[in-house]
Amino acid sequence: MKPIQVLLVDDEEELVSTLAERLEIRGINAEWATSADAACEKVSERKYDVAILDVKLPCISGFDLQRKMAQIAPEVHFMFMTGHGSPGGFTGKNTEADLYDCLIKPVDIEVLVEKIRNAIRRNG
Amino acid sequence: MSFWQRIKPDFWEHHDVAAGLHSHLFNLRRIWLLSIVLIASAAIIPVFFLTVIDYRVTRNAIESENINRTIRLVSNTRRTVSFFITERQYALQFLARDNSLEKIGNQERLDTILENLKDSFGRFTDLEAIDTRGNQIAYSGPYNLEATNYRDQNWFKEVLVHGDYISDIFMGSRMNPHMVIAVTHPENNGNGYILRATVEASQFHEELLQIESGSEEELLITNHEGILQTPSKRFGSIFGEIALEIPKYSESTRVLEATGPDGEALFLGYAYLENTPFILMAARDKSSLMQSWYQARDQIVTYLIGSIAVILIVVLVVATYLVSKIHTADQNRVAALHKVEYINKMASIGRLSAGVAHEINNPLAIINEKTGLMKDLLLQMEESPIRNRIETLADAILQSVNRCSRITRRLLNFARHSEAAFNLIDIGEVIDNVTGFLNKEAEYRDIQIDIDIAPDIPLIKSDRGKLEQIFLNLMNNAFAALEDGGYLNIKARKLSGERLRVLVIDDGCGIPPEDLPRVFEPFFSTRTQQGGTGLGLSITRNLVEEIGGTIDVESQPGEGTRFSITLPFNPDIAKNETDTSAPG
Repeated sequence: MKPIQVLLVDDEEELVSTLAERLEIRGINAEWATSADAACEKVSERKYDVAILDVKLPCISGFDLQRKMAQIAPEVHFMFMTGHGSPGGFTGKNTEADLYDCLIKPVDIEVLVEKIRNAIRRNG
Repeated sequence: MSFWQRIKPDFWEHHDVAAGLHSHLFNLRRIWLLSIVLIASAAIIPVFFLTVIDYRVTRNAIESENINRTIRLVSNTRRTVSFFITERQYALQFLARDNSLEKIGNQERLDTILENLKDSFGRFTDLEAIDTRGNQIAYSGPYNLEATNYRDQNWFKEVLVHGDYISDIFMGSRMNPHMVIAVTHPENNGNGYILRATVEASQFHEELLQIESGSEEELLITNHEGILQTPSKRFGSIFGEIALEIPKYSESTRVLEATGPDGEALFLGYAYLENTPFILMAARDKSSLMQSWYQARDQIVTYLIGSIAVILIVVLVVATYLVSKIHTADQNRVAALHKVEYINKMASIGRLSAGVAHEINNPLAIINEKTGLMKDLLLQMEESPIRNRIETLADAILQSVNRCSRITRRLLNFARHSEAAFNLIDIGEVIDNVTGFLNKEAEYRDIQIDIDIAPDIPLIKSDRGKLEQIFLNLMNNAFAALEDGGYLNIKARKLSGERLRVLVIDDGCGIPPEDLPRVFEPFFSTRTQQGGTGLGLSITRNLVEEIGGTIDVESQPGEGTRFSITLPFNPDIAKNETDTSAPG
């Protein structure tokens, strides 16, 4: 089976680089970007199965970036990470954002892997 | 509880902690007193002056009416008495002019004249003719006083000078009061003579008695020396000195106030009877005459006291009512200010803690991932004591990271929900969350917290932020009441009718029964010295009511306190039900 391709986007390089390395160890191909432009570039260069975005990026919100990236690569499955959330949803107000998986920092790596695999399974 | 304690208005003990420099504006007791004094003075002073004026006018009117009546009485009586005397005097004068010395010296003629006088006028007792030297010429009457010479007697001298003479009243030999009237026959040729008549004077007393209208009124006659000429009941016996001061001579009838022999006040009306030695007096009792005045005076005074009492009661009630309203309005204003302040404070704390939590979360995530990676790498190494040691250390770091992240998550939850609306909420989770804040303090103070949530309670629709504040306030309260080593019990139970009840029970110092009804009032605090605002429970009750619930308290001093909160599963449905079940 082809390894899963994941793109991590967060302005904290230390975080995304470490996360990427840990995912690699668990057999998931992970790349990372620390800005919205870099993320868009990456998405247009190659095909990813899952993109995990920080909700709060410099200059742009994770949701805006998600819409931008979805135009470039509509097949990518998006997930969000935040340091400012609660389990079960972002806002609790049933907005569009609540449709996506949400992870709260600090993220448990096993939970992250599980969610990535679930997403791939759901998408077929 | 004393009577004063029961009627004391709320504002009496009012002390506005929030008024600060402007506290003089909120001295309600002063406002109350000032309004009572001002309104009462404005109402009472005119009433008082009107009453005083009315008092004097009425008294003067009644007094002058009595004086006028006395004057009329004296004047009328004076006419009657004077007429009696002058009528006889003129009759004698006519006879003296009509009869020459020769005629009058005739005994038969004199007898006839006396008979005629008795028939026409009455009261004549005898008649005597005397020549200018004082020798009796003739006498007609019951007493034979022949050969008497009057030359040296005072009356004789006086009648020669004035042409007529009226004597004082004297007691005659028949024990009847009499008086003498004498006139001259004015002829200078040696044929002049004096006609002297004795007249019965009991007539006076009879007439006076007829005119007198009651026991408090007495008419009497004295001579100019104050010797009583008629019998008197109160002022002395006849021919004795009168027990009154003799009033000054006056041509007209006059009235003055005098004091009677027993010290009683009198209106004394008097008139000097012209050409006689007599003074007519009318003594009337002032106290009985002024009886109508005393009645009027009592009515005026009663009216004044009654008016003042009514004014004072009305002013008191109105002022108390108004100041109580001001007090209530002021309390509400201050409570609102404090609530706003409290909410602002909570919101600031919320924003601050959210910011801090967010900032900490990022480095925390890096520590988490780095440590995780360390562990991942260790797992790829061969097993050795060092590897195991480092793995234990990494686990310890991860545990601490977890602990930190639980704290930040709680802070974030707390902050975010301070503005959120109604959500589906697990009440147990909310209570766990709140107790989490107090766990450390509980540990230090060795307070045992028991949480007992019934498993059949469903998710309820409510406001998480408000619920958290409610439980935080109640638990803070309980912690303040608990001693070290105390026990706090939180129970949640499902009730019938889609409701649940949460009990917060402590075994602390309890609330005295007299304070119990007031604990939910704003600013009611027994901990003001320790920085309590007295708003915690007031805000708690507001919050409970905002999410459709009710809160009650039971307490036994020394045994503990039990707060009981009842919440609907869904406040919207509960509200609609009460709306539809309400009549109208």
